[in-house]
Amino acid sequence: MLDIRDLQAKVGGGNDILKGINLAVKAGEIHAVMGPNGSGKSTLAQVLAGNPAYEVTGGSATFDGRDLFGMQPEERAQAGLFMAFQYPVEIPGVSNAYFLRSAYNEIRKAHGEEEVDPLEFLDIMERNLALVDMDQSMLQRSVNAGFSGGEKKRNEILQMAVLRPRLAILDETDSGLDIDALRIVAEGVNKLRRPDNATIVVTHYQRLLNHIVPDFVHVLSAGRIVKSGGKELALELEEKGYDWLETPAEAVA
Amino acid sequence: MTAPVLLRDFETFAANGGGSGPSWLLPLRRQAIDRFAALGFPTPKNEDWHFTSVVPIAEGSFRAVPDAPARSVRLGRADVEAFTFGRPDWIRLVFVNGRFDASLSGGATPPTGVTVTDLATAWHEQPDVLERYVGTVADFQRTAFTALNTAFMHDGAAIQIAPNVELETPVHLVFVSTPEAAGTASHVRTLVVAGHQSKATVIESYVSLGGAKGYFTNAVTEAVLGDGATLTHVKLQTESEQAFHVGTLQAHQGRDSHLVSFSYAAGGELARTNVYTRLAGEGCGATLHGLYLLDGQQHVDQQTRIEHASPNTFSREVYKGVLDGSSHGVFNGQVYVRPEAQKTDGKQENNNLLLSAQARVDTKPQLEIFADDVKCTHGATVGRLDELALFYMKSRGIGAEQARKLLTYAFAAGVIEAVGVPEVRAELEALTLRRFTGALAGS
Repeated sequence: MLDIRDLQAKVGGGNDILKGINLAVKAGEIHAVMGPNGSGKSTLAQVLAGNPAYEVTGGSATFDGRDLFGMQPEERAQAGLFMAFQYPVEIPGVSNAYFLRSAYNEIRKAHGEEEVDPLEFLDIMERNLALVDMDQSMLQRSVNAGFSGGEKKRNEILQMAVLRPRLAILDETDSGLDIDALRIVAEGVNKLRRPDNATIVVTHYQRLLNHIVPDFVHVLSAGRIVKSGGKELALELEEKGYDWLETPAEAVA
Repeated sequence: MTAPVLLRDFETFAANGGGSGPSWLLPLRRQAIDRFAALGFPTPKNEDWHFTSVVPIAEGSFRAVPDAPARSVRLGRADVEAFTFGRPDWIRLVFVNGRFDASLSGGATPPTGVTVTDLATAWHEQPDVLERYVGTVADFQRTAFTALNTAFMHDGAAIQIAPNVELETPVHLVFVSTPEAAGTASHVRTLVVAGHQSKATVIESYVSLGGAKGYFTNAVTEAVLGDGATLTHVKLQTESEQAFHVGTLQAHQGRDSHLVSFSYAAGGELARTNVYTRLAGEGCGATLHGLYLLDGQQHVDQQTRIEHASPNTFSREVYKGVLDGSSHGVFNGQVYVRPEAQKTDGKQENNNLLLSAQARVDTKPQLEIFADDVKCTHGATVGRLDELALFYMKSRGIGAEQARKLLTYAFAAGVIEAVGVPEVRAELEALTLRRFTGALAGS
């Protein structure tokens, strides 16, 4: 589904943050990307989603065979890529209902399907709100405006539930969440798991992986994947920290 | 710049009876044209016109021909349907090229205690009321365009609400310009007298039809608010982008009265809206909101002047602007607090969104405070669309253009939400959305 080869990228006019990432994700898989602060894991998520603040300087990525970096962010979303933001953006004046229905319909249009009207959409929303323990009143509120940290993250999962992406990238969705919010978010992700979709969980901590069990764990350090393994690698990291990986990693790479 | 042709036109007009009003009217007109002759058209040296040059209006020599027979323009109701929004029972006066058109007007009959009359009729039917108020609030000593209007005012509306009457039905004045208006000036005048403890809503729409262009609207509305009166005034200016518009609302407020004004400006090649009020009575206040949406080569200027002249008066002001293309917007918010106006509570805010690198806005809050126990704040911002918010929307599948429109609309929506009359709010939402799906979005 997603095939990343030797990806290099930087933010703004700085030096490369990603220095050659190779990663293949197949349908049905959950991958965890872990690493210390500054390792480039968030950059990877942003670059895949198409944040214009980041620049790809080398390498390639294909998404279902299409050249990902040749696609606009909205085209990526329409093709089924979704990134849950670490810091969801507040948009005063645009209601959650209008925002999400616009997104939903744009994606439907891109697939040659008919748009849904507000009433039909309300039905869809009702089914998904329970998943993240939110009630209908949020629909009329402005997107993320005045939301607590936990509400913002749950709203990301709600959007993901409604838009049903092929590939979801959770960019440090667990940061700043208390254990209850974390559980709601994780349960949402697990319920949305299907054989034909895939998830990349970008996280600093192992605790989210107690709830979302990954098939693969990759450790990012200084812009490269320095170690890959199964779910047990996350536990090892929890125990030993990241330090034991970093020095040899440089040597190996 | 005095445009001698206008002075000559006035002499011709005066020689022909000056619009055949009551006997006091011609001397008032004479006073006003003399004042205009002395003031001339304002230049950028005039502080009130610092960012706006009226040369195209001065040199346009738009002829004020008030007593010439109305040009033969026959419009049907269907022609003006798009502008006569709201419920059918609104009290509606329609003017075509500055002339009252009875066949297009109608709606509910005003209830007891309320009169709504076209001005040409009112000169004859209510000369005493008009004599008492016309020219007393709209200041032609300071403002050349008001002087010009006072000299040539020919049609418009006279609206009176008796004390203690709450008029539920809005009065809607629709000023339509057609291609036949080219080369002419329309000096329409409206008088609103709201008796003490009365309540009313007056809406003025300035629109053009069938590609009208090259005309000049110079409108003046003066409003007198009695003690405890509440007047809601809404102005929707959507003239042709090849038209000229200067519109002034000037109010005088009694004790505990409240003026609620909304000014929407999206039309005109060169347009200026003035909202002036004198908070004369203790405890009265004004809430002034505005939204200007500009594109192309438009130059649109809004000036507000709030004069706190009594203790415990308040003002609340929010104006927002969205500017695209090579447009140029101006906001000048003047707040004067007289020495006697202790405990004044004033808040002013002006926010601008620039959608293109060529668009420009000049924003000038201007507070002059001569009392020592007051609370006055102001703030002005000029910004661009939030790139991160655009990316967020796109990352959810919303296309770049749609994302831009949504964010722009959201910026404007904040001030529209403040409009109390639901039908007006809906119309403003529709106008704003259409603006972004039309010219603004395409640029």
